[in-house]
Amino acid sequence: MIGLPELYAVAGLLFAVFAWLSLRDRRHAQRWGNAAFWGLLALSFLAGHHLGDMINGLVVLLLVALAGTGRLGTGAAASTGAEARQASADRHGNWLLLPALVIPATAVLGTLFLEDSGLVDDKQVTLVSLGIGVLLALAVAQLWLRPPPLAAFEEGRRLIDSVGWAAILPQMLASLGAVFALAGVGEAVGDIAADIIPEGNRLAAVALFGFGMAGFTMVMGNAFAAFPVMTAAIAVPVLIRHFGGDAAIIGAVGMLAGFCGTLMTPMAANFNIVPAVLLGLRDRNAVVKAQVATALPLLIVNIGIIYIFSFS
Amino acid sequence: MLVLSGILIIVVGFVAGLNPLLVVTLAAFATGLAAGLDPLAVVAALGKAFNDNRYVSVIWIVLPVIGLLERYGLQQRARSLITGLQGATAGRLLIVYLIIRQVSAALGLTSIAGHAQSVRPLVAPMAEAAAERQQPKLADADREHVKAMTAATDNVGLFFGEDIFIAIASILLIKATLASHGIELEPLQLSVWAIPSAIAAFLIHGFRLRRLDRRLAGPAR
Repeated sequence: MIGLPELYAVAGLLFAVFAWLSLRDRRHAQRWGNAAFWGLLALSFLAGHHLGDMINGLVVLLLVALAGTGRLGTGAAASTGAEARQASADRHGNWLLLPALVIPATAVLGTLFLEDSGLVDDKQVTLVSLGIGVLLALAVAQLWLRPPPLAAFEEGRRLIDSVGWAAILPQMLASLGAVFALAGVGEAVGDIAADIIPEGNRLAAVALFGFGMAGFTMVMGNAFAAFPVMTAAIAVPVLIRHFGGDAAIIGAVGMLAGFCGTLMTPMAANFNIVPAVLLGLRDRNAVVKAQVATALPLLIVNIGIIYIFSFS
Repeated sequence: MLVLSGILIIVVGFVAGLNPLLVVTLAAFATGLAAGLDPLAVVAALGKAFNDNRYVSVIWIVLPVIGLLERYGLQQRARSLITGLQGATAGRLLIVYLIIRQVSAALGLTSIAGHAQSVRPLVAPMAEAAAERQQPKLADADREHVKAMTAATDNVGLFFGEDIFIAIASILLIKATLASHGIELEPLQLSVWAIPSAIAAFLIHGFRLRRLDRRLAGPAR
Protein backbone atom coordinates (compact mmCIF):
# COMPACT_ATOMS: atom_id res chain seq x y z
CA MET A 1 0.00 0.00 0.00
CA ILE A 2 1.34 3.42 -0.97
CA GLY A 3 1.16 6.15 1.66
CA LEU A 4 3.09 8.99 3.20
CA PRO A 5 6.37 7.04 3.77
CA GLU A 6 6.80 6.48 0.01
CA LEU A 7 5.96 10.13 -0.68
CA TYR A 8 8.45 11.30 1.94
CA ALA A 9 11.10 9.07 0.36
CA VAL A 10 10.53 10.73 -3.04
CA ALA A 11 10.69 14.23 -1.49
CA GLY A 12 13.73 13.29 0.62
CA LEU A 13 15.62 12.00 -2.41
CA LEU A 14 14.76 15.18 -4.32
CA PHE A 15 16.07 17.39 -1.48
CA ALA A 16 19.21 15.21 -1.36
CA VAL A 17 19.75 15.82 -5.09
CA PHE A 18 19.29 19.59 -4.53
CA ALA A 19 21.95 19.39 -1.78
CA TRP A 20 24.33 17.45 -4.02
CA LEU A 21 23.84 19.81 -7.00
CA SER A 22 24.44 22.81 -4.71
CA LEU A 23 27.63 21.26 -3.40
CA ARG A 24 29.13 20.70 -6.85
CA ASP A 25 28.10 24.17 -8.07
CA ARG A 26 31.51 25.87 -7.82
CA ARG A 27 30.18 29.28 -8.94
CA HIS A 28 27.80 29.28 -5.98
CA ALA A 29 29.18 31.54 -3.21
CA GLN A 30 27.01 30.00 -0.49
CA ARG A 31 27.00 26.43 -1.70
CA TRP A 32 27.89 24.99 1.73
CA GLY A 33 24.93 26.73 3.35
CA ASN A 34 22.50 25.58 0.67
CA ALA A 35 23.89 22.04 0.65
CA ALA A 36 23.56 21.84 4.44
CA PHE A 37 20.01 23.25 4.41
CA TRP A 38 18.61 20.94 1.71
CA GLY A 39 20.69 18.05 3.08
CA LEU A 40 19.17 18.44 6.56
CA LEU A 41 15.71 18.63 5.04
CA ALA A 42 16.50 15.44 3.07
CA LEU A 43 17.55 13.78 6.33
CA SER A 44 14.26 14.82 7.94
CA PHE A 45 12.19 13.42 5.06
CA LEU A 46 14.18 10.19 4.62
CA ALA A 47 14.77 9.30 8.27
CA GLY A 48 12.68 11.64 10.46
CA HIS A 49 10.54 8.80 11.81
CA HIS A 50 13.68 6.98 13.10
CA LEU A 51 15.45 9.99 14.60
CA GLY A 52 13.34 10.66 17.69
CA ASP A 53 11.92 13.98 18.87
CA MET A 54 15.16 15.45 20.25
CA ILE A 55 17.22 14.82 17.09
CA ASN A 56 14.39 16.13 14.93
CA GLY A 57 14.30 19.21 17.17
CA LEU A 58 18.03 19.70 16.65
CA VAL A 59 17.53 19.39 12.88
CA VAL A 60 14.92 22.16 13.13
CA LEU A 61 17.27 24.38 15.14
CA LEU A 62 20.07 23.83 12.61
CA LEU A 63 17.76 24.69 9.69
CA VAL A 64 16.66 27.86 11.50
CA ALA A 65 20.26 28.76 12.35
CA LEU A 66 21.33 28.41 8.70
CA ALA A 67 18.42 30.58 7.53
CA GLY A 68 18.67 33.07 10.40
CA THR A 69 22.37 33.75 9.80
CA GLY A 70 21.91 34.27 6.08
CA ARG A 71 23.76 31.17 4.91
CA LEU A 72 21.40 30.52 2.02
CA GLY A 73 21.90 31.94 -1.46
CA THR A 74 20.92 31.39 -5.06
CA GLY A 75 22.99 28.96 -7.06
CA ALA A 76 24.03 29.13 -10.70
CA ALA A 77 21.76 26.37 -11.94
CA ALA A 78 22.16 25.64 -15.65
CA SER A 79 19.12 26.96 -17.53
CA THR A 80 18.15 28.56 -20.83
CA GLY A 81 18.00 32.28 -21.68
CA ALA A 82 14.94 34.37 -22.52
CA GLU A 83 15.45 34.10 -26.30
CA ALA A 84 15.72 30.32 -26.34
CA ARG A 85 12.63 30.12 -24.16
CA GLN A 86 10.62 32.42 -26.42
CA ALA A 87 11.62 30.35 -29.46
CA SER A 88 10.68 27.16 -27.65
CA ALA A 89 7.36 28.67 -26.52
CA ASP A 90 6.53 29.61 -30.12
CA ARG A 91 7.51 26.14 -31.35
CA HIS A 92 5.59 24.13 -28.74
CA GLY A 93 2.56 26.41 -28.40
CA ASN A 94 -0.14 25.80 -25.82
CA TRP A 95 0.87 22.13 -25.57
CA LEU A 96 3.42 23.35 -23.00
CA LEU A 97 0.56 23.79 -20.56
CA LEU A 98 -0.45 20.13 -20.88
CA PRO A 99 2.17 18.43 -18.66
CA ALA A 100 1.50 21.10 -16.01
CA LEU A 101 -2.20 20.20 -16.15
CA VAL A 102 -1.46 16.46 -15.78
CA ILE A 103 -0.58 17.12 -12.11
CA PRO A 104 -3.89 18.59 -10.86
CA ALA A 105 -5.88 16.26 -13.15
CA THR A 106 -4.18 13.16 -11.71
CA ALA A 107 -4.58 14.51 -8.18
CA VAL A 108 -8.33 15.01 -8.61
CA LEU A 109 -8.97 11.74 -10.51
CA GLY A 110 -6.85 9.77 -8.05
CA THR A 111 -8.74 11.27 -5.12
CA LEU A 112 -12.04 10.26 -6.68
CA PHE A 113 -11.14 6.76 -7.88
CA LEU A 114 -8.27 5.38 -5.76
CA GLU A 115 -10.13 5.59 -2.45
CA ASP A 116 -11.11 2.14 -1.12
CA SER A 117 -8.98 0.54 -3.88
CA GLY A 118 -6.65 -0.96 -1.30
CA LEU A 119 -3.66 0.31 -3.25
CA VAL A 120 -3.32 3.60 -1.42
CA ASP A 121 -3.55 4.72 2.21
CA ASP A 122 -7.16 5.98 2.39
CA LYS A 123 -6.27 8.95 4.60
CA GLN A 124 -3.65 10.23 2.14
CA VAL A 125 -5.27 9.57 -1.23
CA THR A 126 -4.92 13.15 -2.48
CA LEU A 127 -1.26 13.59 -1.61
CA VAL A 128 -0.33 10.19 -3.03
CA SER A 129 -2.29 10.98 -6.21
CA LEU A 130 -0.46 14.29 -6.44
CA GLY A 131 2.86 12.42 -6.20
CA ILE A 132 1.78 10.04 -8.95
CA GLY A 133 0.72 13.05 -11.05
CA VAL A 134 4.13 14.68 -10.60
CA LEU A 135 5.97 11.52 -11.70
CA LEU A 136 3.58 11.14 -14.65
CA ALA A 137 4.04 14.76 -15.75
CA LEU A 138 7.80 14.44 -15.39
CA ALA A 139 7.77 11.30 -17.56
CA VAL A 140 5.64 13.04 -20.23
CA ALA A 141 7.90 16.11 -20.26
CA GLN A 142 11.08 13.99 -20.41
CA LEU A 143 9.83 11.85 -23.30
CA TRP A 144 8.41 14.79 -25.25
CA LEU A 145 11.00 17.53 -24.72
CA ARG A 146 14.10 15.29 -24.34
CA PRO A 147 15.99 17.69 -22.03
CA PRO A 148 19.65 17.09 -21.09
CA PRO A 149 20.15 14.67 -18.20
CA LEU A 150 19.79 16.35 -14.77
CA ALA A 151 18.03 19.34 -16.41
CA ALA A 152 14.81 18.70 -14.46
CA PHE A 153 16.74 18.65 -11.17
CA GLU A 154 18.80 21.74 -12.05
CA GLU A 155 15.60 23.61 -12.95
CA GLY A 156 14.01 22.37 -9.73
CA ARG A 157 17.04 23.64 -7.79
CA ARG A 158 16.75 27.02 -9.54
CA LEU A 159 13.16 27.30 -8.27
CA ILE A 160 13.75 25.96 -4.74
CA ASP A 161 16.72 28.37 -4.36
CA SER A 162 14.46 31.27 -5.31
CA VAL A 163 11.99 30.14 -2.64
CA GLY A 164 14.85 29.62 -0.17
CA TRP A 165 14.20 29.24 3.56
CA ALA A 166 10.54 30.26 2.97
CA ALA A 167 10.07 26.70 1.65
CA ILE A 168 9.75 25.42 5.23
CA LEU A 169 7.94 28.44 6.72
CA PRO A 170 4.44 26.86 6.43
CA GLN A 171 5.75 23.64 8.05
CA MET A 172 7.39 25.71 10.81
CA LEU A 173 4.19 27.69 11.40
CA ALA A 174 2.30 24.39 11.67
CA SER A 175 4.91 23.30 14.24
CA LEU A 176 4.52 26.60 16.11
CA GLY A 177 0.80 25.85 16.13
CA ALA A 178 1.56 22.54 17.86
CA VAL A 179 3.68 24.28 20.52
CA PHE A 180 0.93 26.90 20.94
CA ALA A 181 -1.55 24.03 21.42
CA LEU A 182 0.72 22.38 24.01
CA ALA A 183 1.05 25.68 25.90
CA GLY A 184 -2.67 26.43 25.73
CA VAL A 185 -2.50 29.63 23.65
CA GLY A 186 -5.76 28.80 21.87
CA GLU A 187 -7.48 28.26 25.23
CA ALA A 188 -6.13 31.60 26.51
CA VAL A 189 -7.55 33.36 23.44
CA GLY A 190 -10.68 31.19 23.77
CA ASP A 191 -11.19 32.41 27.36
CA ILE A 192 -11.08 35.99 26.15
CA ALA A 193 -13.46 35.08 23.31
CA ALA A 194 -15.85 33.33 25.73
CA ASP A 195 -16.18 36.60 27.66
CA ILE A 196 -17.08 38.43 24.46
CA ILE A 197 -19.48 35.99 22.78
CA PRO A 198 -23.02 36.26 24.17
CA GLU A 199 -24.19 32.82 25.38
CA GLY A 200 -25.71 30.71 22.59
CA ASN A 201 -25.28 33.42 19.93
CA ARG A 202 -24.10 31.53 16.84
CA LEU A 203 -23.77 34.59 14.61
CA ALA A 204 -21.61 36.39 17.17
CA ALA A 205 -19.37 33.31 17.45
CA VAL A 206 -18.98 33.00 13.66
CA ALA A 207 -18.33 36.74 13.31
CA LEU A 208 -15.72 36.69 16.07
CA PHE A 209 -14.00 33.72 14.38
CA GLY A 210 -13.95 35.51 10.99
CA PHE A 211 -12.84 38.90 12.31
CA GLY A 212 -10.41 37.15 14.64
CA MET A 213 -8.83 35.26 11.73
CA ALA A 214 -8.47 38.51 9.76
CA GLY A 215 -7.25 40.47 12.78
CA PHE A 216 -4.69 37.90 13.92
CA THR A 217 -3.47 37.60 10.32
CA MET A 218 -3.01 41.37 10.14
CA VAL A 219 -0.98 41.31 13.34
CA MET A 220 1.16 38.29 12.44
CA GLY A 221 1.34 39.04 8.71
CA ASN A 222 0.36 35.49 7.84
CA ALA A 223 -2.89 33.54 7.89
CA PHE A 224 -0.91 30.33 8.46
CA ALA A 225 0.16 31.57 11.91
CA ALA A 226 -3.33 32.79 12.83
CA PHE A 227 -5.18 29.64 11.79
CA PRO A 228 -3.99 27.21 14.52
CA VAL A 229 -4.67 29.81 17.24
CA MET A 230 -8.20 30.68 16.10
CA THR A 231 -8.98 27.01 15.45
CA ALA A 232 -8.12 26.07 19.02
CA ALA A 233 -9.74 29.21 20.44
CA ILE A 234 -13.10 29.32 18.64
CA ALA A 235 -13.49 26.99 15.63
CA VAL A 236 -13.14 23.63 17.41
CA PRO A 237 -14.55 24.31 20.91
CA VAL A 238 -17.37 26.69 19.95
CA LEU A 239 -18.32 26.33 16.27
CA ILE A 240 -17.65 22.60 15.73
CA ARG A 241 -18.10 20.98 19.18
CA HIS A 242 -20.71 23.28 20.73
CA PHE A 243 -22.80 24.31 17.70
CA GLY A 244 -22.10 21.17 15.60
CA GLY A 245 -20.78 23.07 12.58
CA ASP A 246 -19.19 21.46 9.49
CA ALA A 247 -15.42 21.35 10.07
CA ALA A 248 -14.55 21.38 6.35
CA ILE A 249 -16.47 24.62 5.68
CA ILE A 250 -15.31 26.33 8.87
CA GLY A 251 -11.68 25.38 8.20
CA ALA A 252 -11.57 26.21 4.49
CA VAL A 253 -13.52 29.47 4.62
CA GLY A 254 -11.91 30.48 7.92
CA MET A 255 -8.52 30.38 6.23
CA LEU A 256 -9.90 32.57 3.43
CA ALA A 257 -11.18 35.07 6.02
CA GLY A 258 -7.55 35.16 7.15
CA PHE A 259 -6.45 35.86 3.58
CA CYS A 260 -8.71 38.96 3.67
CA GLY A 261 -6.54 40.07 6.59
CA THR A 262 -3.39 39.43 4.53
CA LEU A 263 -4.70 41.94 1.98
CA MET A 264 -5.00 44.63 4.66
CA THR A 265 -1.63 44.52 6.42
CA PRO A 266 1.85 45.87 5.67
CA MET A 267 3.13 42.95 7.79
CA ALA A 268 2.57 40.68 4.76
CA ALA A 269 5.54 42.39 3.15
CA ASN A 270 6.11 40.03 0.24
CA PHE A 271 2.57 40.58 -1.06
CA ASN A 272 1.98 44.21 -0.14
CA ILE A 273 5.24 46.11 0.29
CA VAL A 274 7.51 44.34 -2.22
CA PRO A 275 5.22 45.11 -5.22
CA ALA A 276 4.96 48.77 -4.14
CA VAL A 277 8.75 48.91 -4.26
CA LEU A 278 8.94 46.93 -7.53
CA LEU A 279 6.44 49.29 -9.18
CA GLY A 280 8.16 52.42 -7.83
CA LEU A 281 5.08 53.69 -5.95
CA ARG A 282 5.68 56.75 -3.75
CA ASP A 283 3.33 55.45 -1.05
CA ARG A 284 4.63 52.14 0.26
CA ASN A 285 1.16 51.32 1.56
CA ALA A 286 -0.56 52.09 -1.75
CA VAL A 287 -1.19 48.39 -2.48
CA VAL A 288 -2.69 47.80 0.98
CA LYS A 289 -4.94 50.85 0.52
CA ALA A 290 -6.03 49.63 -2.93
CA GLN A 291 -6.98 46.25 -1.42
CA VAL A 292 -9.05 47.29 1.62
CA ALA A 293 -12.22 47.97 -0.39
CA THR A 294 -12.05 44.42 -1.80
CA ALA A 295 -10.96 42.73 1.43
CA LEU A 296 -13.61 44.11 3.80
CA PRO A 297 -16.74 43.13 1.81
CA LEU A 298 -15.11 39.79 1.02
CA LEU A 299 -14.52 39.19 4.73
CA ILE A 300 -18.22 39.80 5.39
CA VAL A 301 -19.11 37.36 2.57
CA ASN A 302 -16.81 34.69 4.05
CA ILE A 303 -18.40 35.09 7.48
CA GLY A 304 -21.80 34.81 5.78
CA ILE A 305 -20.77 31.60 3.96
CA ILE A 306 -19.69 29.97 7.24
CA TYR A 307 -22.84 31.12 9.02
CA ILE A 308 -25.25 29.98 6.31
CA PHE A 309 -23.69 26.70 5.12
CA SER A 310 -21.91 25.10 8.09
CA PHE A 311 -24.96 24.61 10.25
CA SER A 312 -27.47 23.28 7.72
CA MET B 1 -1.97 35.29 29.76
CA LEU B 2 1.85 34.95 29.70
CA VAL B 3 1.53 32.26 27.03
CA LEU B 4 0.39 35.02 24.65
CA SER B 5 3.94 36.46 24.76
CA GLY B 6 4.78 34.39 21.64
CA ILE B 7 2.29 36.41 19.61
CA LEU B 8 3.94 39.65 20.78
CA ILE B 9 7.36 38.26 19.77
CA ILE B 10 6.07 37.48 16.29
CA VAL B 11 4.80 41.05 15.85
CA VAL B 12 7.99 42.65 17.18
CA GLY B 13 10.19 40.25 15.19
CA PHE B 14 8.44 40.97 11.91
CA VAL B 15 8.51 44.73 12.51
CA ALA B 16 12.23 44.49 13.30
CA GLY B 17 12.74 42.63 10.02
CA LEU B 18 14.24 39.47 11.53
CA ASN B 19 14.21 36.21 9.58
CA PRO B 20 10.68 34.78 10.00
CA LEU B 21 11.98 31.25 10.75
CA LEU B 22 14.04 32.73 13.60
CA VAL B 23 11.05 34.73 14.87
CA VAL B 24 8.80 31.66 14.80
CA THR B 25 11.38 29.62 16.73
CA LEU B 26 11.84 32.35 19.36
CA ALA B 27 8.05 32.60 19.71
CA ALA B 28 7.85 28.83 20.23
CA PHE B 29 10.46 28.98 23.01
CA ALA B 30 8.89 32.00 24.73
CA THR B 31 5.46 30.36 24.64
CA GLY B 32 6.74 26.98 25.83
CA LEU B 33 8.75 28.48 28.70
CA ALA B 34 5.80 30.67 29.74
CA ALA B 35 3.69 27.51 29.94
CA GLY B 36 6.25 25.94 32.28
CA LEU B 37 8.00 23.59 29.82
CA ASP B 38 11.78 23.28 30.11
CA PRO B 39 13.87 24.29 27.05
CA LEU B 40 14.68 20.70 26.04
CA ALA B 41 10.99 19.83 26.10
CA VAL B 42 10.34 22.71 23.71
CA VAL B 43 13.09 21.39 21.37
CA ALA B 44 11.49 17.94 21.47
CA ALA B 45 8.00 19.36 20.91
CA LEU B 46 9.24 21.36 17.91
CA GLY B 47 11.02 18.29 16.53
CA LYS B 48 7.97 16.08 16.90
CA ALA B 49 5.65 18.68 15.34
CA PHE B 50 8.07 19.35 12.47
CA ASN B 51 8.31 15.62 11.78
CA ASP B 52 4.53 15.11 11.99
CA ASN B 53 3.91 18.03 9.61
CA ARG B 54 6.34 17.03 6.87
CA TYR B 55 3.52 16.63 4.39
CA VAL B 56 3.02 20.40 4.40
CA SER B 57 6.35 20.69 2.53
CA VAL B 58 5.81 17.70 0.24
CA ILE B 59 4.39 20.01 -2.48
CA TRP B 60 7.93 21.05 -3.50
CA ILE B 61 8.23 17.81 -5.47
CA VAL B 62 6.37 19.64 -8.27
CA LEU B 63 9.30 22.02 -8.82
CA PRO B 64 11.37 19.88 -11.26
CA VAL B 65 8.40 19.55 -13.64
CA ILE B 66 7.45 23.23 -13.43
CA GLY B 67 11.11 24.27 -13.81
CA LEU B 68 11.55 21.98 -16.79
CA LEU B 69 8.47 23.45 -18.50
CA GLU B 70 9.74 26.96 -17.76
CA ARG B 71 13.00 26.00 -19.44
CA TYR B 72 10.95 25.30 -22.56
CA GLY B 73 9.00 28.57 -22.35
CA LEU B 74 5.95 28.02 -20.07
CA GLN B 75 6.08 31.64 -18.79
CA GLN B 76 6.54 33.05 -22.30
CA ARG B 77 3.51 31.05 -23.43
CA ALA B 78 1.44 32.38 -20.51
CA ARG B 79 2.64 35.87 -21.40
CA SER B 80 1.51 35.64 -25.02
CA LEU B 81 -1.90 34.51 -23.78
CA ILE B 82 -2.14 37.87 -21.98
CA THR B 83 -0.59 40.06 -24.68
CA GLY B 84 -3.22 38.75 -27.08
CA LEU B 85 -5.59 41.19 -25.40
CA GLN B 86 -4.72 44.43 -27.19
CA GLY B 87 -7.02 47.44 -27.15
CA ALA B 88 -8.49 46.70 -23.74
CA THR B 89 -9.17 49.30 -21.05
CA ALA B 90 -7.17 49.17 -17.81
CA GLY B 91 -10.15 47.79 -15.91
CA ARG B 92 -11.03 45.14 -18.49
CA LEU B 93 -7.40 44.10 -18.87
CA LEU B 94 -7.14 43.60 -15.11
CA ILE B 95 -10.42 41.66 -15.05
CA VAL B 96 -9.00 39.24 -17.62
CA TYR B 97 -5.75 39.02 -15.64
CA LEU B 98 -7.82 38.31 -12.50
CA ILE B 99 -9.51 35.39 -14.27
CA ILE B 100 -6.21 33.99 -15.57
CA ARG B 101 -4.59 34.34 -12.13
CA GLN B 102 -7.51 32.69 -10.30
CA VAL B 103 -7.86 29.81 -12.76
CA SER B 104 -4.13 29.07 -12.99
CA ALA B 105 -3.76 29.24 -9.19
CA ALA B 106 -6.73 26.88 -8.86
CA LEU B 107 -4.79 24.43 -11.05
CA GLY B 108 -1.78 24.68 -8.73
CA LEU B 109 0.19 26.91 -11.11
CA THR B 110 0.77 29.62 -8.49
CA SER B 111 4.29 30.53 -9.60
CA ILE B 112 3.69 31.14 -13.32
CA ALA B 113 2.71 34.70 -12.39
CA GLY B 114 3.52 37.09 -9.55
CA HIS B 115 4.76 40.59 -8.73
CA ALA B 116 8.26 39.97 -10.05
CA GLN B 117 7.41 37.53 -12.87
CA SER B 118 4.37 39.17 -14.44
CA VAL B 119 3.07 42.30 -12.65
CA ARG B 120 6.16 44.50 -12.99
CA PRO B 121 7.42 43.45 -16.42
CA LEU B 122 4.08 42.89 -18.09
CA VAL B 123 0.70 43.65 -16.55
CA ALA B 124 1.47 47.00 -14.89
CA PRO B 125 2.95 48.55 -18.08
CA MET B 126 -0.01 47.26 -20.10
CA ALA B 127 -2.54 48.63 -17.59
CA GLU B 128 -0.71 51.96 -17.47
CA ALA B 129 -0.64 52.19 -21.27
CA ALA B 130 -4.36 51.41 -21.45
CA ALA B 131 -5.10 54.04 -18.77
CA GLU B 132 -3.16 56.63 -20.81
CA ARG B 133 -5.33 55.86 -23.81
CA GLN B 134 -8.47 56.32 -21.70
CA GLN B 135 -7.23 59.51 -20.01
CA PRO B 136 -4.59 61.32 -22.10
CA LYS B 137 -3.75 63.72 -19.23
CA LEU B 138 -3.41 60.97 -16.66
CA ALA B 139 -2.90 62.51 -13.20
CA ASP B 140 -0.07 61.14 -11.05
CA ALA B 141 -2.50 59.98 -8.38
CA ASP B 142 -4.48 58.01 -10.99
CA ARG B 143 -1.30 56.51 -12.43
CA GLU B 144 -0.27 55.34 -8.96
CA HIS B 145 -3.74 53.98 -8.33
CA VAL B 146 -3.73 51.95 -11.58
CA LYS B 147 -0.36 50.43 -10.69
CA ALA B 148 -1.45 49.67 -7.12
CA MET B 149 -4.64 48.03 -8.45
CA THR B 150 -2.49 45.85 -10.72
CA ALA B 151 -0.57 44.48 -7.74
CA ALA B 152 -3.82 44.18 -5.78
CA THR B 153 -5.41 42.18 -8.62
CA ASP B 154 -2.50 39.74 -8.60
CA ASN B 155 -2.88 39.21 -4.83
CA VAL B 156 -6.67 38.79 -4.94
CA GLY B 157 -6.41 36.35 -7.86
CA LEU B 158 -3.74 34.29 -6.13
CA PHE B 159 -5.31 34.19 -2.66
CA PHE B 160 -8.81 33.38 -3.89
CA GLY B 161 -7.76 30.84 -6.47
CA GLU B 162 -5.00 28.79 -4.87
CA ASP B 163 -7.12 27.13 -2.18
CA ILE B 164 -9.21 25.44 -4.87
CA PHE B 165 -6.09 23.38 -5.64
CA ILE B 166 -6.05 20.43 -3.28
CA ALA B 167 -2.34 20.26 -2.58
CA ILE B 168 -1.51 23.86 -1.75
CA ALA B 169 0.28 24.50 1.57
CA SER B 170 -2.67 26.31 3.18
CA ILE B 171 -5.07 23.42 2.53
CA LEU B 172 -2.52 21.00 3.99
CA LEU B 173 -2.11 23.27 7.02
CA ILE B 174 -5.89 23.31 7.59
CA LYS B 175 -5.87 19.50 7.37
CA ALA B 176 -2.93 19.25 9.79
CA THR B 177 -4.44 21.68 12.31
CA LEU B 178 -7.85 20.00 12.37
CA ALA B 179 -6.19 16.57 12.58
CA SER B 180 -4.39 17.72 15.74
CA HIS B 181 -7.88 18.21 17.22
CA GLY B 182 -8.92 14.71 16.12
CA ILE B 183 -10.85 15.81 13.01
CA GLU B 184 -9.71 13.94 9.87
CA LEU B 185 -10.56 15.56 6.53
CA GLU B 186 -9.53 14.97 2.91
CA PRO B 187 -8.06 17.98 1.05
CA LEU B 188 -10.80 17.77 -1.60
CA GLN B 189 -13.51 18.31 1.06
CA LEU B 190 -11.75 21.56 1.98
CA SER B 191 -10.85 22.82 -1.47
CA VAL B 192 -14.41 22.69 -2.87
CA TRP B 193 -15.38 25.17 -0.14
CA ALA B 194 -12.86 27.66 -1.52
CA ILE B 195 -15.02 27.98 -4.66
CA PRO B 196 -17.87 30.20 -3.31
CA SER B 197 -15.37 32.70 -1.89
CA ALA B 198 -13.42 32.64 -5.17
CA ILE B 199 -16.58 33.62 -7.05
CA ALA B 200 -17.35 36.36 -4.51
CA ALA B 201 -13.79 37.68 -4.79
CA PHE B 202 -14.13 37.83 -8.58
CA LEU B 203 -17.45 39.69 -8.38
CA ILE B 204 -16.32 42.21 -5.74
CA HIS B 205 -12.90 42.95 -7.21
CA GLY B 206 -14.26 42.86 -10.79
CA PHE B 207 -16.88 45.46 -9.81
CA ARG B 208 -14.11 47.70 -8.44
CA LEU B 209 -12.14 47.31 -11.68
CA ARG B 210 -15.20 48.39 -13.67
CA ARG B 211 -15.40 51.46 -11.42
CA LEU B 212 -11.72 52.12 -12.15
CA ASP B 213 -12.62 52.36 -15.84
CA ARG B 214 -15.46 54.76 -15.04
CA ARG B 215 -13.09 56.92 -12.98
CA LEU B 216 -10.60 56.98 -15.89
CA ALA B 217 -13.37 57.81 -18.38
CA GLY B 218 -14.43 60.84 -16.30
CA PRO B 219 -13.04 64.38 -16.67
CA ALA B 220 -9.31 64.77 -16.01
CA ARG B 221 -8.50 65.77 -12.45
